[in-house]
Amino acid sequence: MQLELHATLEDRRVAALAAAAIGLTLAEAAIPLPLPGVKPGLANIVTLVVLYRYGWRTAAWVAGLRIVAGALALGQFLTPAFVLSLSGGIASLLLLALMIRLPARWFGPIGLSVLAAFAHIAAQLLVVDAWLLPGASILGLLPLFLSAAWITGLVNGFAADHLLHTQESTP
Amino acid sequence: MGRARPGDWLILFAGLTLAIGLWLRQADSLEGRVIVRLDGKVAIETSLRLNRQIEINGPLGISRIEIRDGRVRVARDPSPRQLCVRQGWIAPGGAAICLPNRVSVENAAAGYDTLNY
Repeated sequence: MQLELHATLEDRRVAALAAAAIGLTLAEAAIPLPLPGVKPGLANIVTLVVLYRYGWRTAAWVAGLRIVAGALALGQFLTPAFVLSLSGGIASLLLLALMIRLPARWFGPIGLSVLAAFAHIAAQLLVVDAWLLPGASILGLLPLFLSAAWITGLVNGFAADHLLHTQESTP
Repeated sequence: MGRARPGDWLILFAGLTLAIGLWLRQADSLEGRVIVRLDGKVAIETSLRLNRQIEINGPLGISRIEIRDGRVRVARDPSPRQLCVRQGWIAPGGAAICLPNRVSVENAAAGYDTLNY
């Protein structure tokens, strides 16, 4: 008996995009960073581009697959790092679901990227405060993480904006 | 590239304001503290920013602690050898102990250490 998987075009697209996001996650894990918890979050560029090109559902699939498969590849599946990554991912996806409904004339990928980065780090700090380090004064680190999120959100937003424009011009 | 829309600018500006505001607020909350202990128990805890004189009554008499211009010292003390008075202004993180009068003054340094993490 032969088991057959029928992958639709949509499935293939999700897989290809998730693979790109996972690649960025793995590459990013190799970059040494001065502070634990501060990461550029390059895979979110993929999430943003997918959100604009294929809609929120596809973006959620790509982000979810990236979080799970990225954690599996890094040996972090079901560890605290995975839970943090998942909570940040869910928070930013929920926020993006709202933001993408706003008029595109006013809000573009750059603004969405910065807000998603804020949602990401806010959810992670909440999880750390409630579960991982209860009692420790996480609030003291808020300015640092918010500033980092602002910068990485801005850079990723510009990257996504650039990708969206160059992709539009080439058929 | 670089096509930030009006709402994007708003988000960027608001985010930046929030981050800077939090930094400033934290700088405020990280000001130094002065902790005065009598018999090993915290008797007075106050800010290093407010210029003031604190008098505390120990077994030998009154110790007077002076806070001025973000510095702190024991100005007068009834202890016989005057060790804590002669120590002068207390360095950040340091303490002056007037043992005979059972008074200690700590300049609790602002900032983070590994314990905070």
